[in-house]
Amino acid sequence: MSVVSELRRTARSGPSRAPGRAPLRRGDGRAAAVFLAPWFAGLLLVTVGPMVASAYLSFTDYSLLSTPEWIGLDNFARMLEDTRLHNSLRVTFTYVLVGVPLQLLAALGLALLLDRGMRGLPFYRSVFYLPSLLGGSVAIAILWRQVFGVEGLVNAFLAFFNVPGRGWVSDPDTALWTLVLLHVWTFGAPMIIFLAGLRQIPTMYYEAASIDGAGRVRQFFHITLPLLTPIVFFNLVLQVIGAFQSFTQAFVVSGGTGGPADSTMFYTLYLYQRGFTAFDMGYASAMAWLLVLIVAALTAINFFASKFWVFYDD
Amino acid sequence: MRTEPAPATPAPAGTLADRTRALAAEAPATSRRSPWPGRVRSVLKHAGLIALAVAMIYPLIWLLVSSIKPTEIIFRDLSLIPAQTDFTNYTEGWNALARPFGHYLMNSAIIVLGSLVGNLVACSMAAYAFARLEFRGRKLWFAIMLMSIMLPIHVIIVPQYILFSQVGWINTFWPLIVPKLLATDAFFVFLMVQFFRGIPRELDEAARLDGCGHGRIYARIMLPLALPALATTAIFTFIWTWNDFFSQLIFLTKPDMHTAPVALRTFLDSTGQSSWGPMFAMSIVSIIPVFLAFLFGQKYLVKGIATTGIK
Repeated sequence: MSVVSELRRTARSGPSRAPGRAPLRRGDGRAAAVFLAPWFAGLLLVTVGPMVASAYLSFTDYSLLSTPEWIGLDNFARMLEDTRLHNSLRVTFTYVLVGVPLQLLAALGLALLLDRGMRGLPFYRSVFYLPSLLGGSVAIAILWRQVFGVEGLVNAFLAFFNVPGRGWVSDPDTALWTLVLLHVWTFGAPMIIFLAGLRQIPTMYYEAASIDGAGRVRQFFHITLPLLTPIVFFNLVLQVIGAFQSFTQAFVVSGGTGGPADSTMFYTLYLYQRGFTAFDMGYASAMAWLLVLIVAALTAINFFASKFWVFYDD
Repeated sequence: MRTEPAPATPAPAGTLADRTRALAAEAPATSRRSPWPGRVRSVLKHAGLIALAVAMIYPLIWLLVSSIKPTEIIFRDLSLIPAQTDFTNYTEGWNALARPFGHYLMNSAIIVLGSLVGNLVACSMAAYAFARLEFRGRKLWFAIMLMSIMLPIHVIIVPQYILFSQVGWINTFWPLIVPKLLATDAFFVFLMVQFFRGIPRELDEAARLDGCGHGRIYARIMLPLALPALATTAIFTFIWTWNDFFSQLIFLTKPDMHTAPVALRTFLDSTGQSSWGPMFAMSIVSIIPVFLAFLFGQKYLVKGIATTGIK
């Protein structure tokens, strides 16, 4: 029932329809045109139009004040030389490749602990989920900046045990990890998806397995995990796409600079700086297209790799 | 991971299931453990979960408590019970920027309201077409719609900025509202398509025989039955728009037009370390609407996540 599985199905056979239903009437074209008019206008004016425009701009030098000047592949050549850009890719990949797996592990672990019908389940679910709703907000980024600041909560806590603290967000070695931690803190949303997935595994599988003498560990590895792989997969796809576009936390925690020493310079933050503080719109457009390519490539890799580890029951 | 054998959920009907159940009932309860270790384990588990829950929520509670402490003692005091309460942070923070903070909250509210109208009307219309109408290229458009969910906003933000600045919309709310009126939050289209598909077709077939057109079927049958999906859409739209920062930062540069998150960030930049207290107070103020939406709409949030697989 997810976007990802829907895409998978659509790619194979078209949008799914309610089973056992008569074929659709033909000739709803006019009604469809009316109902889809806003969406279609949006697709053209707000999505596809700007995409085409940004593809064009990526081959130009454009600063908003003058007319765009065609410079061919110069922007892309510049990107090859731009060490700050390379650094921002390294930072972002580190964030995604560490943050997303940790977050999903936490989500899966907690979902497994929260048994169906256990006492206090609604309470735990709410408490674990709340950070997901707030994690992307400026307020939480401000809180994070303080919690991991020189005079912050973490240091005060460490001082309690006589451990010397440090400026976690002002030290280039640790600043990024505070953001990774913030990402892990928001494991609640994927946890809820895992919970929903676990509820769909028929209990008779477990009954049958325990009759055959399989212990809980074997049940986990031979029933739960295989049947959960599609859900792990789409959580992975969506979280990777989302994490790659993270912006707010790095922007606020670093005061808009991506510092210290570019250690929290996310790709999107660098793109923002090129486009909207330096008004280097051509270069920013080229960067945006590289972002699309990377996200598409990561998604494609995920889809390809899924053949080897995702188990589809259907 | 089950401690008790067979929680009482209806297994899918079928001979195999029945037989398995019958067997399970006859078989010696291999997985049943003596009550003692079970209880110890359960207590330990709850202790662990509660400890984790406290750790998760501690920063938030600390933020709340700190907002009513005088700034000088915030950092010397880890405890969650303030020795002295002091609401001057709130009055100070409220008036720290060029306008009272309520002005920025109101700006956020206007954008949220426009987005709500847009997502509820435009997305449900598109969803009706995808779920119920037959037209040429439906499969293709549907796939395009799904893919647009995953499109990074950054590819289109630069030309959008150029476009909106040419029509004089920078520093107005239009760039943030008009796209929603055009159903560009495709995620919600998908959510409602999923929901509409679950509504029995017999209902609209019957209405059709009674002479209803698509407009009336949509408005009189589908929408009332899809209230849970509309509620989910409303709550998510509310929270996401309220928390949104990137596009508001780009399109609203004049201080008068700032929204609550952008104003908070300005606050942080202009005062730096000196006034954590008032800043915390305004952080709390800006979180409260999201928290309330969470409190009252939790059921719909959980359902929305579970059926679409998006946070």
